[in-house]
Amino acid sequence: MLPYFNSKFGNAASRNHSFGWTAEEAVDYAREQVAKLINASPKEIIFTSGATESDNLAIKGVFEMYTRKGNHIITVNTEHKAVLDSCKHVEKMGGEVTYLSPNEDGLVNLADIEAAITPKTILISIMYGNNEIGVLQPIEEISAIARKHDILFHTDATQAVGKVPVDVMAQNIDLMSFTAHKMYGPKGVGALYVRRKNPRVKVTSQLDGGGHERGMRSGTLNVPGIVGLGKACEICQNEMADEAVRLSKMRDRLEKELLTIEEAYVNGNVEHRLPHVANISFKHVEGEGLMMGIKDLAVSSGSACTSASLEPSYVLKNLGLDDDLAHSSLRFGFGRFSTDEEVDYAIDHVKTAVHKLRDMSPLWEMYKEGIDLKSVVWQEH
Amino acid sequence: MAYSEKVIDHYSNPRNIGTLNKDEKNVGTGLVGAPECGDVMRLQIQVNEESGIIEDAKFKTFGCGSAIASSSLATEWLKGKTVQEAMEIDNMAIVEELALPPVKIHCSVLAEDAIKTAINDYREKQGLEAIV
Repeated sequence: MLPYFNSKFGNAASRNHSFGWTAEEAVDYAREQVAKLINASPKEIIFTSGATESDNLAIKGVFEMYTRKGNHIITVNTEHKAVLDSCKHVEKMGGEVTYLSPNEDGLVNLADIEAAITPKTILISIMYGNNEIGVLQPIEEISAIARKHDILFHTDATQAVGKVPVDVMAQNIDLMSFTAHKMYGPKGVGALYVRRKNPRVKVTSQLDGGGHERGMRSGTLNVPGIVGLGKACEICQNEMADEAVRLSKMRDRLEKELLTIEEAYVNGNVEHRLPHVANISFKHVEGEGLMMGIKDLAVSSGSACTSASLEPSYVLKNLGLDDDLAHSSLRFGFGRFSTDEEVDYAIDHVKTAVHKLRDMSPLWEMYKEGIDLKSVVWQEH
Repeated sequence: MAYSEKVIDHYSNPRNIGTLNKDEKNVGTGLVGAPECGDVMRLQIQVNEESGIIEDAKFKTFGCGSAIASSSLATEWLKGKTVQEAMEIDNMAIVEELALPPVKIHCSVLAEDAIKTAINDYREKQGLEAIV
Protein backbone atom coordinates (compact mmCIF):
# COMPACT_ATOMS: atom_id res chain seq x y z
CA MET A 1 0.00 0.00 0.00
CA LEU A 2 2.64 2.53 1.02
CA PRO A 3 4.42 2.90 -2.40
CA TYR A 4 1.12 4.06 -3.87
CA PHE A 5 1.19 7.15 -1.70
CA ASN A 6 4.38 8.53 -3.26
CA SER A 7 6.59 6.61 -5.69
CA LYS A 8 3.73 4.94 -7.58
CA PHE A 9 1.59 8.01 -7.72
CA GLY A 10 -0.39 7.40 -10.94
CA ASN A 11 -4.13 7.86 -11.36
CA ALA A 12 -5.84 4.57 -12.12
CA ALA A 13 -8.10 6.36 -14.57
CA SER A 14 -5.17 7.74 -16.63
CA ARG A 15 -5.13 5.31 -19.52
CA ASN A 16 -2.41 6.99 -21.61
CA HIS A 17 0.74 6.73 -19.55
CA SER A 18 2.60 4.09 -17.62
CA PHE A 19 2.06 5.73 -14.24
CA GLY A 20 -1.65 5.36 -14.75
CA TRP A 21 -1.21 1.78 -15.92
CA THR A 22 0.73 0.86 -12.80
CA ALA A 23 -2.04 2.27 -10.65
CA GLU A 24 -4.74 0.59 -12.72
CA GLU A 25 -2.97 -2.76 -12.45
CA ALA A 26 -2.75 -2.37 -8.71
CA VAL A 27 -6.45 -1.58 -8.50
CA ASP A 28 -7.33 -4.50 -10.75
CA TYR A 29 -5.29 -6.84 -8.59
CA ALA A 30 -6.97 -5.53 -5.43
CA ARG A 31 -10.36 -5.95 -7.06
CA GLU A 32 -9.54 -9.61 -7.61
CA GLN A 33 -8.39 -10.05 -4.01
CA VAL A 34 -11.59 -8.47 -2.72
CA ALA A 35 -13.83 -10.44 -5.08
CA LYS A 36 -12.15 -13.71 -4.17
CA LEU A 37 -12.86 -13.30 -0.47
CA ILE A 38 -16.61 -13.12 -1.07
CA ASN A 39 -16.76 -15.38 -4.17
CA ALA A 40 -17.73 -12.57 -6.52
CA SER A 41 -16.43 -11.58 -9.92
CA PRO A 42 -14.02 -8.60 -9.86
CA LYS A 43 -16.38 -6.59 -12.05
CA GLU A 44 -18.99 -6.77 -9.31
CA ILE A 45 -16.87 -4.78 -6.87
CA ILE A 46 -17.53 -1.02 -6.62
CA PHE A 47 -14.92 0.75 -4.51
CA THR A 48 -16.26 3.38 -2.12
CA SER A 49 -15.06 5.42 0.83
CA GLY A 50 -16.38 2.84 3.28
CA ALA A 51 -19.45 0.93 4.37
CA THR A 52 -21.47 4.06 5.12
CA GLU A 53 -21.14 5.16 1.53
CA SER A 54 -21.81 1.62 0.32
CA ASP A 55 -25.04 1.46 2.36
CA ASN A 56 -26.12 4.84 1.02
CA LEU A 57 -25.35 3.81 -2.54
CA ALA A 58 -27.15 0.48 -2.22
CA ILE A 59 -30.34 1.82 -0.65
CA LYS A 60 -30.73 5.18 -2.34
CA GLY A 61 -29.29 3.80 -5.57
CA VAL A 62 -31.76 0.90 -5.73
CA PHE A 63 -34.64 3.18 -4.75
CA GLU A 64 -33.86 5.55 -7.61
CA MET A 65 -33.08 2.85 -10.17
CA TYR A 66 -36.14 0.71 -9.52
CA THR A 67 -38.66 3.45 -9.00
CA ARG A 68 -40.85 2.11 -11.80
CA LYS A 69 -41.03 -1.28 -10.15
CA GLY A 70 -41.95 -0.02 -6.70
CA ASN A 71 -40.99 2.17 -3.77
CA HIS A 72 -41.05 -0.07 -0.69
CA ILE A 73 -38.05 -1.21 1.33
CA ILE A 74 -37.96 -3.64 4.24
CA THR A 75 -35.28 -3.37 6.91
CA VAL A 76 -34.80 -4.00 10.65
CA ASN A 77 -34.62 -1.40 13.42
CA THR A 78 -31.32 -2.79 14.75
CA GLU A 79 -29.44 -1.95 11.55
CA HIS A 80 -26.50 0.43 11.52
CA LYS A 81 -27.43 4.11 11.25
CA ALA A 82 -25.97 4.21 7.73
CA VAL A 83 -28.81 1.89 6.67
CA LEU A 84 -31.52 3.39 8.87
CA ASP A 85 -30.72 6.97 7.92
CA SER A 86 -30.52 6.07 4.23
CA CYS A 87 -33.98 4.55 4.61
CA LYS A 88 -35.19 7.73 6.32
CA HIS A 89 -33.88 9.64 3.32
CA VAL A 90 -35.79 7.33 0.99
CA GLU A 91 -38.95 8.06 2.97
CA LYS A 92 -38.38 11.79 2.46
CA MET A 93 -38.10 11.14 -1.25
CA GLY A 94 -41.53 9.51 -1.26
CA GLY A 95 -40.54 5.92 -0.56
CA GLU A 96 -42.06 3.63 2.01
CA VAL A 97 -40.00 1.70 4.53
CA THR A 98 -40.99 -1.07 6.92
CA TYR A 99 -38.75 -1.27 9.99
CA LEU A 100 -39.10 -4.74 11.47
CA SER A 101 -38.37 -5.42 15.14
CA PRO A 102 -36.18 -8.43 15.82
CA ASN A 103 -36.85 -11.06 18.43
CA GLU A 104 -35.40 -10.43 21.87
CA ASP A 105 -32.26 -12.34 20.88
CA GLY A 106 -31.66 -10.02 17.93
CA LEU A 107 -32.65 -12.46 15.19
CA VAL A 108 -35.14 -11.28 12.63
CA ASN A 109 -38.31 -13.32 12.31
CA LEU A 110 -38.60 -14.71 8.75
CA ALA A 111 -42.39 -14.71 8.89
CA ASP A 112 -42.28 -10.98 9.64
CA ILE A 113 -40.30 -10.39 6.45
CA GLU A 114 -42.80 -12.39 4.39
CA ALA A 115 -45.68 -10.53 5.96
CA ALA A 116 -44.15 -7.13 5.21
CA ILE A 117 -43.73 -7.77 1.48
CA THR A 118 -46.06 -5.83 -0.80
CA PRO A 119 -46.30 -5.69 -4.61
CA LYS A 120 -44.30 -2.45 -4.30
CA THR A 121 -41.37 -3.98 -2.39
CA ILE A 122 -38.08 -3.54 -4.26
CA LEU A 123 -35.45 -4.17 -1.60
CA ILE A 124 -34.83 -6.06 1.62
CA SER A 125 -31.85 -4.68 3.54
CA ILE A 126 -30.78 -6.72 6.55
CA MET A 127 -27.34 -6.75 8.06
CA TYR A 128 -25.15 -9.83 8.11
CA GLY A 129 -23.75 -9.50 11.63
CA ASN A 130 -24.72 -6.84 14.13
CA ASN A 131 -22.08 -4.35 15.23
CA GLU A 132 -23.23 -4.16 18.85
CA ILE A 133 -24.31 -7.68 19.73
CA GLY A 134 -22.68 -9.69 16.94
CA VAL A 135 -25.84 -11.59 16.05
CA LEU A 136 -25.68 -13.24 12.62
CA GLN A 137 -28.91 -13.10 10.64
CA PRO A 138 -30.12 -16.13 8.62
CA ILE A 139 -28.81 -14.75 5.33
CA GLU A 140 -29.66 -17.76 3.12
CA GLU A 141 -33.24 -17.88 4.37
CA ILE A 142 -33.71 -14.13 3.90
CA SER A 143 -32.28 -14.17 0.38
CA ALA A 144 -34.51 -17.12 -0.48
CA ILE A 145 -37.55 -15.07 0.49
CA ALA A 146 -36.26 -12.14 -1.58
CA ARG A 147 -35.67 -14.40 -4.59
CA LYS A 148 -39.09 -15.97 -4.31
CA HIS A 149 -40.74 -12.55 -4.53
CA ASP A 150 -38.32 -11.12 -7.11
CA ILE A 151 -37.02 -8.55 -4.63
CA LEU A 152 -33.39 -7.45 -4.33
CA PHE A 153 -31.47 -8.32 -1.17
CA HIS A 154 -28.84 -6.02 0.30
CA THR A 155 -26.80 -6.86 3.36
CA ASP A 156 -24.49 -4.64 5.37
CA ALA A 157 -21.73 -7.16 6.00
CA THR A 158 -19.24 -4.72 7.52
CA GLN A 159 -18.76 -6.83 10.65
CA ALA A 160 -18.81 -10.18 8.89
CA VAL A 161 -16.58 -9.99 5.81
CA GLY A 162 -13.14 -11.23 6.74
CA LYS A 163 -14.43 -12.69 10.02
CA VAL A 164 -16.77 -15.46 8.82
CA PRO A 165 -17.08 -17.08 5.37
CA VAL A 166 -19.27 -14.97 3.10
CA ASP A 167 -20.25 -16.28 -0.34
CA VAL A 168 -22.41 -13.96 -2.43
CA MET A 169 -23.11 -16.72 -4.97
CA ALA A 170 -24.10 -19.50 -2.60
CA GLN A 171 -25.97 -17.11 -0.33
CA ASN A 172 -27.76 -15.29 -3.18
CA ILE A 173 -26.75 -11.82 -2.04
CA ASP A 174 -27.51 -9.07 -4.58
CA LEU A 175 -25.78 -6.13 -2.92
CA MET A 176 -23.32 -6.16 -0.02
CA SER A 177 -21.53 -3.38 1.85
CA PHE A 178 -18.23 -3.80 3.63
CA THR A 179 -15.18 -1.84 4.65
CA ALA A 180 -11.42 -2.18 4.93
CA HIS A 181 -10.78 -1.05 8.47
CA LYS A 182 -12.90 -3.80 10.04
CA MET A 183 -10.42 -6.28 8.62
CA TYR A 184 -7.26 -4.40 9.55
CA GLY A 185 -7.07 -2.43 6.32
CA PRO A 186 -6.88 1.36 6.14
CA LYS A 187 -9.76 3.62 7.13
CA GLY A 188 -11.73 5.49 4.48
CA VAL A 189 -12.03 2.74 1.89
CA GLY A 190 -14.64 0.08 1.36
CA ALA A 191 -16.72 -1.57 -1.30
CA LEU A 192 -20.19 -2.38 -2.49
CA TYR A 193 -20.75 -5.70 -4.16
CA VAL A 194 -23.30 -5.30 -6.97
CA ARG A 195 -24.47 -8.52 -8.65
CA ARG A 196 -24.03 -8.61 -12.43
CA LYS A 197 -25.85 -11.83 -13.29
CA ASN A 198 -29.07 -13.53 -12.19
CA PRO A 199 -30.26 -10.88 -11.77
CA ARG A 200 -28.17 -8.05 -13.19
CA VAL A 201 -28.45 -5.36 -10.53
CA LYS A 202 -27.98 -1.67 -11.13
CA VAL A 203 -27.86 1.25 -8.75
CA THR A 204 -28.18 4.92 -9.57
CA SER A 205 -24.95 6.73 -8.85
CA GLN A 206 -25.07 8.97 -5.80
CA LEU A 207 -21.89 10.80 -6.80
CA ASP A 208 -22.01 12.23 -10.29
CA GLY A 209 -18.89 12.96 -12.25
CA GLY A 210 -16.39 11.06 -14.33
CA GLY A 211 -18.33 7.83 -14.47
CA HIS A 212 -15.80 5.70 -12.61
CA GLU A 213 -16.71 2.26 -11.29
CA ARG A 214 -19.00 1.35 -14.18
CA GLY A 215 -20.85 4.63 -13.78
CA MET A 216 -22.05 3.75 -10.28
CA ARG A 217 -19.51 5.73 -8.28
CA SER A 218 -17.66 8.65 -9.81
CA GLY A 219 -14.50 9.99 -8.27
CA THR A 220 -10.78 9.31 -8.59
CA LEU A 221 -10.02 5.99 -6.98
CA ASN A 222 -8.22 5.93 -3.65
CA VAL A 223 -5.41 3.76 -5.02
CA PRO A 224 -3.37 3.27 -1.82
CA GLY A 225 -6.52 2.57 0.17
CA ILE A 226 -7.80 0.10 -2.40
CA VAL A 227 -4.44 -1.70 -2.47
CA GLY A 228 -4.64 -1.88 1.32
CA LEU A 229 -8.19 -3.24 1.20
CA GLY A 230 -7.13 -5.88 -1.31
CA LYS A 231 -4.22 -7.02 0.83
CA ALA A 232 -6.41 -7.04 3.93
CA CYS A 233 -8.90 -9.30 2.13
CA GLU A 234 -6.14 -11.66 1.07
CA ILE A 235 -4.78 -11.97 4.60
CA CYS A 236 -8.26 -12.52 6.02
CA GLN A 237 -8.95 -15.17 3.41
CA ASN A 238 -5.87 -17.09 4.52
CA GLU A 239 -6.26 -16.64 8.25
CA MET A 240 -10.01 -16.37 8.78
CA ALA A 241 -10.79 -19.99 9.63
CA ASP A 242 -8.08 -20.35 12.29
CA GLU A 243 -8.63 -16.84 13.54
CA ALA A 244 -12.35 -17.42 14.09
CA VAL A 245 -11.59 -20.45 16.27
CA ARG A 246 -8.98 -18.54 18.26
CA LEU A 247 -11.18 -15.50 18.79
CA SER A 248 -14.31 -17.41 19.73
CA LYS A 249 -12.30 -19.39 22.29
CA MET A 250 -11.07 -16.17 23.88
CA ARG A 251 -14.52 -14.62 23.70
CA ASP A 252 -16.18 -17.66 25.24
CA ARG A 253 -13.66 -17.78 28.06
CA LEU A 254 -14.18 -14.10 28.87
CA GLU A 255 -17.92 -14.52 28.73
CA LYS A 256 -17.97 -17.60 30.92
CA GLU A 257 -15.83 -15.88 33.54
CA LEU A 258 -17.79 -12.65 33.53
CA LEU A 259 -21.10 -14.49 33.77
CA THR A 260 -19.98 -15.82 37.13
CA ILE A 261 -20.70 -12.29 38.33
CA GLU A 262 -24.16 -12.11 39.83
CA GLU A 263 -26.83 -10.46 37.63
CA ALA A 264 -24.74 -10.41 34.46
CA TYR A 265 -26.45 -11.18 31.16
CA VAL A 266 -25.36 -11.72 27.56
CA ASN A 267 -27.27 -9.60 25.06
CA GLY A 268 -28.19 -11.23 21.75
CA ASN A 269 -28.33 -14.78 20.48
CA VAL A 270 -25.22 -16.72 21.53
CA GLU A 271 -25.41 -19.49 18.92
CA HIS A 272 -25.72 -17.37 15.80
CA ARG A 273 -23.03 -14.88 16.53
CA LEU A 274 -19.82 -13.42 15.17
CA PRO A 275 -16.77 -15.05 16.77
CA HIS A 276 -15.23 -11.85 18.08
CA VAL A 277 -18.06 -10.01 19.83
CA ALA A 278 -19.55 -10.27 23.31
CA ASN A 279 -22.13 -7.86 24.68
CA ILE A 280 -22.78 -8.20 28.39
CA SER A 281 -24.95 -6.21 30.79
CA PHE A 282 -23.97 -5.93 34.45
CA LYS A 283 -27.14 -4.94 36.20
CA HIS A 284 -27.16 -1.90 38.47
CA VAL A 285 -23.80 -0.70 37.21
CA GLU A 286 -23.72 2.11 34.68
CA GLY A 287 -21.70 1.37 31.55
CA GLU A 288 -19.67 4.53 31.28
CA GLY A 289 -18.82 4.46 34.96
CA LEU A 290 -17.67 0.90 34.42
CA MET A 291 -15.56 1.83 31.41
CA MET A 292 -13.81 4.45 33.50
CA GLY A 293 -12.78 1.72 35.92
CA ILE A 294 -11.21 -0.34 33.15
CA LYS A 295 -9.75 2.47 31.13
CA ASP A 296 -6.90 0.37 29.78
CA LEU A 297 -9.47 -1.74 27.94
CA ALA A 298 -10.90 -0.40 24.69
CA VAL A 299 -14.51 -1.49 25.10
CA SER A 300 -17.72 0.36 24.32
CA SER A 301 -21.00 0.73 26.11
CA GLY A 302 -24.64 1.05 25.19
CA SER A 303 -24.90 3.58 27.98
CA ALA A 304 -26.39 6.95 27.14
CA CYS A 305 -23.50 8.72 28.79
CA THR A 306 -21.10 7.49 26.13
CA SER A 307 -23.10 9.04 23.33
CA ALA A 308 -23.58 12.69 22.50
CA SER A 309 -27.34 12.17 22.29
CA LEU A 310 -27.66 10.93 25.90
CA GLU A 311 -29.84 8.13 24.57
CA PRO A 312 -28.93 4.53 25.35
CA SER A 313 -28.17 2.07 22.55
CA TYR A 314 -31.13 1.85 20.19
CA VAL A 315 -30.01 -1.63 19.20
CA LEU A 316 -30.38 -2.95 22.75
CA LYS A 317 -33.59 -0.95 23.22
CA ASN A 318 -35.04 -2.42 20.06
CA LEU A 319 -34.37 -5.93 21.33
CA GLY A 320 -36.99 -5.03 23.89
CA LEU A 321 -34.48 -4.81 26.74
CA ASP A 322 -35.22 -2.42 29.56
CA ASP A 323 -33.33 0.85 29.26
CA ASP A 324 -31.44 0.13 32.45
CA LEU A 325 -29.95 -3.02 30.90
CA ALA A 326 -28.81 -0.98 27.90
CA HIS A 327 -27.21 1.54 30.26
CA SER A 328 -25.41 -1.33 31.96
CA SER A 329 -23.97 -2.95 28.86
CA LEU A 330 -20.42 -3.37 27.67
CA ARG A 331 -19.37 -4.61 24.26
CA PHE A 332 -16.14 -6.53 24.06
CA GLY A 333 -14.41 -7.00 20.73
CA PHE A 334 -11.56 -9.36 20.00
CA GLY A 335 -9.12 -9.19 17.15
CA ARG A 336 -5.96 -10.35 15.48
CA PHE A 337 -3.80 -8.74 18.12
CA SER A 338 -5.74 -9.86 21.19
CA THR A 339 -3.87 -12.23 23.48
CA ASP A 340 -4.85 -14.64 26.24
CA GLU A 341 -2.99 -12.46 28.73
CA GLU A 342 -5.18 -9.54 27.74
CA VAL A 343 -8.27 -11.66 28.26
CA ASP A 344 -7.04 -12.52 31.76
CA TYR A 345 -6.44 -8.85 32.42
CA ALA A 346 -9.91 -7.94 31.16
CA ILE A 347 -11.64 -10.60 33.27
CA ASP A 348 -9.79 -9.51 36.37
CA HIS A 349 -10.34 -5.79 35.94
CA VAL A 350 -13.98 -5.99 34.90
CA LYS A 351 -14.79 -8.12 37.92
CA THR A 352 -13.05 -5.71 40.26
CA ALA A 353 -14.72 -2.67 38.71
CA VAL A 354 -18.20 -4.21 38.77
CA HIS A 355 -17.88 -5.10 42.45
CA LYS A 356 -16.51 -1.68 43.32
CA LEU A 357 -19.28 0.15 41.49
CA ARG A 358 -21.99 -2.06 42.92
CA ASP A 359 -20.75 -1.18 46.40
CA MET A 360 -21.57 2.41 45.58
CA SER A 361 -24.75 1.75 43.57
CA PRO A 362 -28.04 2.60 45.29
CA LEU A 363 -29.80 0.31 42.83
CA TRP A 364 -27.67 -2.65 43.82
CA GLU A 365 -28.38 -1.94 47.50
CA MET A 366 -32.11 -1.77 46.81
CA TYR A 367 -31.99 -4.92 44.72
CA LYS A 368 -30.20 -6.71 47.57
CA GLU A 369 -32.85 -5.53 50.00
CA GLY A 370 -35.45 -7.14 47.79
CA ILE A 371 -36.99 -3.90 46.57
CA ASP A 372 -38.63 -4.19 43.17
CA LEU A 373 -36.98 -1.34 41.28
CA LYS A 374 -39.90 -1.19 38.89
CA SER A 375 -42.23 -0.32 41.76
CA VAL A 376 -40.18 2.71 42.79
CA VAL A 377 -41.46 6.10 41.67
CA TRP A 378 -38.35 7.60 40.09
CA GLN A 379 -37.72 11.27 39.85
CA GLU A 380 -36.86 11.47 36.19
CA HIS A 381 -35.01 14.48 35.01
CA MET B 1 -13.51 12.86 26.17
CA ALA B 2 -10.94 13.08 28.89
CA TYR B 3 -11.97 13.36 32.51
CA SER B 4 -10.51 16.07 34.71
CA GLU B 5 -8.07 15.03 37.41
CA LYS B 6 -10.58 15.91 40.10
CA VAL B 7 -13.25 13.68 38.54
CA ILE B 8 -10.75 10.84 38.35
CA ASP B 9 -9.74 11.43 41.96
CA HIS B 10 -13.34 11.33 43.24
CA TYR B 11 -14.12 8.31 41.07
CA SER B 12 -11.04 6.41 42.25
CA ASN B 13 -11.29 7.48 45.89
CA PRO B 14 -14.93 8.32 46.46
CA ARG B 15 -15.60 10.13 49.75
CA ASN B 16 -18.40 9.12 52.08
CA ILE B 17 -19.92 6.15 50.32
CA GLY B 18 -22.54 4.56 52.47
CA THR B 19 -25.97 4.47 53.94
CA LEU B 20 -27.52 6.31 56.88
CA ASN B 21 -30.68 5.07 58.54
CA LYS B 22 -33.38 6.78 56.54
CA ASP B 23 -35.92 6.24 59.30
CA GLU B 24 -34.05 8.43 61.80
CA LYS B 25 -35.70 11.77 62.40
CA ASN B 26 -32.47 13.69 61.93
CA VAL B 27 -31.56 12.00 58.63
CA GLY B 28 -32.69 13.44 55.32
CA THR B 29 -32.58 11.33 52.17
CA GLY B 30 -32.62 12.50 48.56
CA LEU B 31 -33.06 9.87 45.86
CA VAL B 32 -33.05 11.43 42.42
CA GLY B 33 -32.72 10.28 38.81
CA ALA B 34 -34.02 7.10 37.24
CA PRO B 35 -32.46 3.81 36.12
CA GLU B 36 -33.85 4.33 32.60
CA CYS B 37 -32.00 7.63 32.39
CA GLY B 38 -28.71 6.03 33.35
CA ASP B 39 -28.16 7.83 36.61
CA VAL B 40 -29.56 7.55 40.11
CA MET B 41 -28.11 9.41 43.10
CA ARG B 42 -28.93 8.86 46.72
CA LEU B 43 -27.60 11.52 49.04
CA GLN B 44 -28.18 11.47 52.79
CA ILE B 45 -27.49 14.03 55.50
CA GLN B 46 -27.43 13.59 59.24
CA VAL B 47 -28.21 16.84 61.02
CA ASN B 48 -27.55 17.95 64.57
CA GLU B 49 -31.06 18.97 65.48
CA GLU B 50 -29.92 21.62 67.95
CA SER B 51 -27.31 23.40 65.90
CA GLY B 52 -28.72 22.65 62.46
CA ILE B 53 -25.26 21.59 61.36
CA ILE B 54 -24.83 18.65 58.98
CA GLU B 55 -22.69 16.22 60.93
CA ASP B 56 -22.47 13.47 58.35
CA ALA B 57 -23.26 12.94 54.69
CA LYS B 58 -23.27 9.75 52.65
CA PHE B 59 -23.96 8.90 49.05
CA LYS B 60 -24.46 6.06 46.64
CA THR B 61 -24.63 6.69 42.91
CA PHE B 62 -25.43 4.65 39.84
CA GLY B 63 -23.98 6.59 36.96
CA CYS B 64 -20.97 7.70 35.03
CA GLY B 65 -17.72 8.97 36.53
CA SER B 66 -18.95 12.56 36.53
CA ALA B 67 -22.12 11.61 38.37
CA ILE B 68 -20.13 9.71 40.97
CA ALA B 69 -17.68 12.59 41.36
CA SER B 70 -20.49 15.18 41.63
CA SER B 71 -22.17 13.32 44.46
CA SER B 72 -18.90 12.49 46.20
CA LEU B 73 -17.95 16.18 46.11
CA ALA B 74 -21.40 17.16 47.35
CA THR B 75 -21.01 15.04 50.48
CA GLU B 76 -17.65 16.68 51.16
CA TRP B 77 -19.15 20.12 50.88
CA LEU B 78 -22.21 19.29 52.97
CA LYS B 79 -20.37 18.19 56.06
CA GLY B 80 -20.00 21.00 58.56
CA LYS B 81 -22.45 23.28 56.82
CA THR B 82 -25.75 24.33 58.32
CA VAL B 83 -28.87 23.20 56.51
CA GLN B 84 -29.39 26.81 55.43
CA GLU B 85 -25.89 27.03 53.97
CA ALA B 86 -26.29 23.68 52.24
CA MET B 87 -29.40 24.97 50.50
CA GLU B 88 -27.18 27.54 48.80
CA ILE B 89 -24.97 25.00 47.02
CA ASP B 90 -25.30 25.67 43.32
CA ASN B 91 -24.74 23.14 40.59
CA MET B 92 -22.44 25.52 38.71
CA ALA B 93 -20.03 25.48 41.64
CA ILE B 94 -19.79 21.71 41.17
CA VAL B 95 -19.27 22.17 37.42
CA GLU B 96 -16.41 24.57 38.10
CA GLU B 97 -14.77 22.52 40.84
CA LEU B 98 -14.81 19.33 38.76
CA ALA B 99 -14.28 21.04 35.37
CA LEU B 100 -17.27 19.19 33.95
CA PRO B 101 -17.79 19.53 30.19
CA PRO B 102 -21.18 20.79 28.93
CA VAL B 103 -22.45 17.26 28.22
CA LYS B 104 -21.97 16.39 31.92
CA ILE B 105 -23.63 19.46 33.45
CA HIS B 106 -26.74 17.37 34.11
CA CYS B 107 -24.68 15.35 36.63
CA SER B 108 -24.17 18.51 38.70
CA VAL B 109 -27.85 19.42 38.38
CA LEU B 110 -28.72 15.99 39.68
CA ALA B 111 -26.37 16.47 42.63
CA GLU B 112 -27.98 19.81 43.50
CA ASP B 113 -31.41 18.17 43.24
CA ALA B 114 -30.25 15.40 45.54
CA ILE B 115 -29.02 17.93 48.13
CA LYS B 116 -32.29 19.87 48.06
CA THR B 117 -34.40 16.72 48.18
CA ALA B 118 -32.42 15.44 51.17
CA ILE B 119 -32.79 18.77 53.00
CA ASN B 120 -36.52 18.88 52.35
CA ASP B 121 -36.89 15.32 53.53
CA TYR B 122 -35.15 16.34 56.75
CA ARG B 123 -37.30 19.48 57.07
CA GLU B 124 -40.51 17.54 56.63
CA LYS B 125 -39.45 15.10 59.32
CA GLN B 126 -38.88 18.09 61.58
CA GLY B 127 -42.37 19.36 60.84
CA LEU B 128 -41.11 22.17 58.64
CA GLU B 129 -42.30 23.10 55.20
CA ALA B 130 -40.32 22.03 52.17
CA ILE B 131 -38.37 24.78 50.45
CA VAL B 132 -39.09 24.92 46.76
